[in-house]
Amino acid sequence: MPELLFLWTDLLLWLLVLLTLAFIRYASRRRHLREPWQRVFRSPMAVGAAVVLAAFITIGLLDSIHFHSGEESANPGEVLSLFDTLVKPLREQQEKSYSAPFATTLYAREMVTQPDGGTERIYPRLKYGGAHLEDPAQKYSDIGAIIAIGAAQALLLWLLVVALLGFWKRSRSDAQQSPSPRPSPGGRGGIVTHWLSVLRRSNDDTDNFPWPVLVWTMLILFILIFVSARLSLDYHILGTDKVGEDVFYQALKSIRTGLVLGTLTTLVMLPAAILMGVMAGYFRGWVDDVIQYLYTTLNSIPGVLLIAAAVLMLQVYMDNNAADFSTTIERADMRLLFLCIILGVTSWTGLCRMLRGEALKIRELDYVQASQAFGVSSFRIMMRHLVPNVMHIVLITVVLDFSGLVLAEAVLAYINIGVDPSTNSWGNMINSARLEMAREPIVWWSLSAAFAFMFALVLAANLFSDVVRDAFDPRLRGKS
Amino acid sequence: MMAYIIRRLLYAIPILIGVNLITFVLFFTVNTPDDMARMHLGMKRVTPEAIEQWKQERNYDKPLVYNSSAEGMAKLGDTIFAEKSLALFAFRFGSSDNGRDIGHDIRQRMWPSLAIAVPVLMLGLLLYITLALLLVFFRSTYVDTWGVVLAVVMMSISSMFYIIGGQFLIGKFLQLVPISGFDTEDAWKFLVLPVIVGVVGGIGGTTRFYRTLFLEEIHRDYVRSARAKGVSEMRVMFVHVLKNAMIPILTGVVAALPLLFMGSLVSESFFGIPGLGSYTIDAINSQDFAIVRSMVFLGSVLYIIGLILTDISYTLVDPRVRLQ
Repeated sequence: MPELLFLWTDLLLWLLVLLTLAFIRYASRRRHLREPWQRVFRSPMAVGAAVVLAAFITIGLLDSIHFHSGEESANPGEVLSLFDTLVKPLREQQEKSYSAPFATTLYAREMVTQPDGGTERIYPRLKYGGAHLEDPAQKYSDIGAIIAIGAAQALLLWLLVVALLGFWKRSRSDAQQSPSPRPSPGGRGGIVTHWLSVLRRSNDDTDNFPWPVLVWTMLILFILIFVSARLSLDYHILGTDKVGEDVFYQALKSIRTGLVLGTLTTLVMLPAAILMGVMAGYFRGWVDDVIQYLYTTLNSIPGVLLIAAAVLMLQVYMDNNAADFSTTIERADMRLLFLCIILGVTSWTGLCRMLRGEALKIRELDYVQASQAFGVSSFRIMMRHLVPNVMHIVLITVVLDFSGLVLAEAVLAYINIGVDPSTNSWGNMINSARLEMAREPIVWWSLSAAFAFMFALVLAANLFSDVVRDAFDPRLRGKS
Repeated sequence: MMAYIIRRLLYAIPILIGVNLITFVLFFTVNTPDDMARMHLGMKRVTPEAIEQWKQERNYDKPLVYNSSAEGMAKLGDTIFAEKSLALFAFRFGSSDNGRDIGHDIRQRMWPSLAIAVPVLMLGLLLYITLALLLVFFRSTYVDTWGVVLAVVMMSISSMFYIIGGQFLIGKFLQLVPISGFDTEDAWKFLVLPVIVGVVGGIGGTTRFYRTLFLEEIHRDYVRSARAKGVSEMRVMFVHVLKNAMIPILTGVVAALPLLFMGSLVSESFFGIPGLGSYTIDAINSQDFAIVRSMVFLGSVLYIIGLILTDISYTLVDPRVRLQ
């Protein structure tokens, strides 16, 4: 029986999931909160981006359930995540060194002893990549066949989803229409109309949700997932790195690091930023002066240098207190969390300043004045009237900061003040691959894989956050 | 005006004291000089004598804040806090952990930094404003829509990609300029690539930001009046709108001006430019705390100067802002 291991970042990540679920439940019952979100999900762009983000988040969360592997495993005591067990072949099919994507041989020639006793410099075959092939020349037809099978399976699953969606929509429209006999434009027609309404854009749809974008993005995603899963059983679809580890596996593992940095950084500093920003705006006077002084001081230290200074200090501390961290993964996790906190310290000031400005405005409004006249305590006024009314700013900031933090990780890794070198992250992948740029022929796959994954996540987040900002920004409401 | 500037300058003093205290706490009390010495000398079998000697060579062998063995003012003056932290206020940076004069290094290394940062700023400003104006000129057409999409795509690409891609494409593939390095003669050869990469890397985010600034202006009354009088759309855009939207743009640039001295961390070290950015990175990598401490302080000073300059420039370009 594997023994669960709770890392700090795991706990915080799951706490964030719980908070998000609670917020969804809370918001779905309040019209003023529900409406902006409905506006978000009426935008085709946001729905497409949300599907991609959901895929990333699923992988990240699966990768956040850690346990000690059981005694019967090859490496007893090794810490694995649920995601690791799902992609076991990816993790265990280690080659000797570099190999290109879909290669059947190593990247560099080696001296190999022939059966007749002589030695020859050849490209040795890989242990796993394309090992089932008798003749490497069959590679392309084999890959084609695997892609076809994977795509067909993806298509089947997708058709099932579309069919279910159609049935669901029909039952819903039946339920809506039973009280009133008036036929709606969408019609209570046959199941076929509902299937079609899922697949293509129609103006008479009642709920305005861009179903076609959802299902077509899902089709692309399904095909990608199925095909890459099937291919990676027999090939290294993104090649292998210096020690022969699969690059695709590294890139997938890095998703968690990116998500942790992007979300926890804002989460850990959120309570302080909200509390201080609202207090500064509400109390004014000396409280305001102190808080303003605090954030101006922190803000005036260049962010990267503050992070560098703090991480250097952490390194010294960890070197001197190595006994406190029993495993490398706990040590790496501590460093990741610390990085989140210190990144948070450098980035909360902007949010605090905005909240202060907003609180200054809200405290003059009638309902706040009224509760003051009734003798409601300051704490209660802040909790009941100010905080809920600045939450949209908090939300927009959290969403907007995400992509910047994911990108910042790569830069920090380059300066050697990023996550622990043993943690999988896109920054670490780029940093180690960078040194191989000079090789001829060039080792391009690690670098490209890291950039491509990072780009996909950041682009989806950017597109999504754009729509969220537009939906929640009161100034834009009513226009367009 | 003068009184305003003086008050702003006075306001900077407590902030700098705060920065100084934070760096002192980070660099000397979280980890003591003993820890630093142990780290520099290697973890295994470090004798107390070696640590003492390391500290003595670098003047770290004094008490942190209070020297009870000294007399009078020296009780406070002959300490690490006074010598290493307060001295920064006089821009006496002291010497780095391997014995070089930091002040001298900084004075020498800021020029290559400026040689990249200033052209990037100038060319970037020109390019981003032109692009943003074009997008606004073609607003609510496909040019605008796809331009914004392209901008979002470009800002989703990691800055490292621009650098590595630029090095690969222009330096290695086309072989137009050297991939990295620096030389005082023929300096332009080494500067072209970093400048191009710096400008291209900023296109996405900045163009989109400027576009929203211009869009805000274009719905104003004065624009409508200008159009009603029959002013051509080109003139409206490039004279009337541009002038007013320049206020936030220019004040933003003014805030960034002093920080140009600090250079760009990543691109300088990628391109091998001996500026302050790569100086800082080298210091971080070799764990030279003295240099990092000096750069933190210098960066804060420059940031605060930028803040003050912004406030002053606001009062100069926008008469509606009152001096209080």
